[in-house]
Amino acid sequence: LSSFKTSNVSIKGLTVCVPREAKSIFDYDLLSKDEQDLFYKTVGIKERRVARENVTCSDLCEKAARYLFENKITSAENIDLILFVSQSPDYFLPSTSVILQDKLGLKKTTLAFDVTLGCSGYIYGLSIISNFLQSGQFKQALLLCGDKSTISTYVEDKSSYPLFGDAGSATLLEYDTDAEDMTFTMNSDGSGKNAIIIEHGHSRFPYSEESDVIMEIEPGVKRGKKHLALNGQDIFTFALKEVSPNINETLKAAGKTINDIDYFVLHQANKLINETIRKKLGVEKEKYPYSIELFGNTSSASVPLTLCFALEEKLLKERLNLLLCGFGVGLSWGSVVLRTEPMACAKLLNYD
Amino acid sequence: MTVNDFIDKLEAEFDDMPKGTLQPDTDYRSIKGWSSMHALIIIAFVDINFNITLNGSDLKATKTVSDLYNLVQQKASA
Repeated sequence: LSSFKTSNVSIKGLTVCVPREAKSIFDYDLLSKDEQDLFYKTVGIKERRVARENVTCSDLCEKAARYLFENKITSAENIDLILFVSQSPDYFLPSTSVILQDKLGLKKTTLAFDVTLGCSGYIYGLSIISNFLQSGQFKQALLLCGDKSTISTYVEDKSSYPLFGDAGSATLLEYDTDAEDMTFTMNSDGSGKNAIIIEHGHSRFPYSEESDVIMEIEPGVKRGKKHLALNGQDIFTFALKEVSPNINETLKAAGKTINDIDYFVLHQANKLINETIRKKLGVEKEKYPYSIELFGNTSSASVPLTLCFALEEKLLKERLNLLLCGFGVGLSWGSVVLRTEPMACAKLLNYD
Repeated sequence: MTVNDFIDKLEAEFDDMPKGTLQPDTDYRSIKGWSSMHALIIIAFVDINFNITLNGSDLKATKTVSDLYNLVQQKASA
């Protein structure tokens, strides 16, 4: 099985919440002025949003979800399922989704569970929820998706620290017999697990004194084993090799061509990666929105963030054929082709 | 593509690089301001122009611009 379809599910609305505080790459002294310029030009990030110490990913997702209730897009009693996709849960246990069931005032019959995925997480979340909804036994579901990546990067690691921003999202999906099928192609390759990894802190290597020891990996790259380690070249090669075939396969399975798609919304990894993929696919710039310049890599929130940031007006007013794609840590990657009807909400919020 | 065409195109990928900076025997990591981002630019350049995806260890095995050119030629004919 490479591609699969789900039926009868539509995205009714979405919201994304980012911390208000922005950190500029031009204030990051570990990079020289020339390196800052090259970083901005190549990676494409000017600034990113950073959550305060006491604000978690679930706080950002909670605010995003509340907006849907407060603006009568739906109400808490309509929600039958809540899925939290993140690599920065509130606690070791219990699951953050269960905590959010209570905080958001959802009924006790709500299915709530977490899925631990990063950059591919939004597409995975859509595939899981649409499988639950398509039979009509569940009517509405919330996909809460994002990360507080800045908690795991180390400030003196120039290979990861300046890349990541924090964001949380809420997407409302519902059973809808008028909806066009969603076509997914999902992939996994655990042989690349070391390309992005936080080694210490769970059961393979529990947190210990060694986890705190800061080591110099190479000039400008210092970190401990509790911090996120990223091999940029391996990720880059993986993305160039796997993403465009995955997108082409998804289009083929959906019976569509590049020209049938109004917008290609990809995970915002790195502008050079994304632009190289765009050229390989042969997609025009106008159909390929970005949010990375002002928000950095926001992990699984990057696709909904780009939708709200770049396409809010279109999503509210038009019917759109979209291709959404996520790729990264795992390694894990996937794409979906779907059609949206004018949405009730596509809002980007700030968290104070 | 000849090694000189290869060099011309590669120089164009590195913005602000004066023409003639790179020679076949230039150790490309020794160019002024070299950083890990330049390695990504090379990988992207080779991918787009030759449809060959180099990985980190491919790059590690090369030192000069002509090493890089020969690696690409070799992979293209493989």
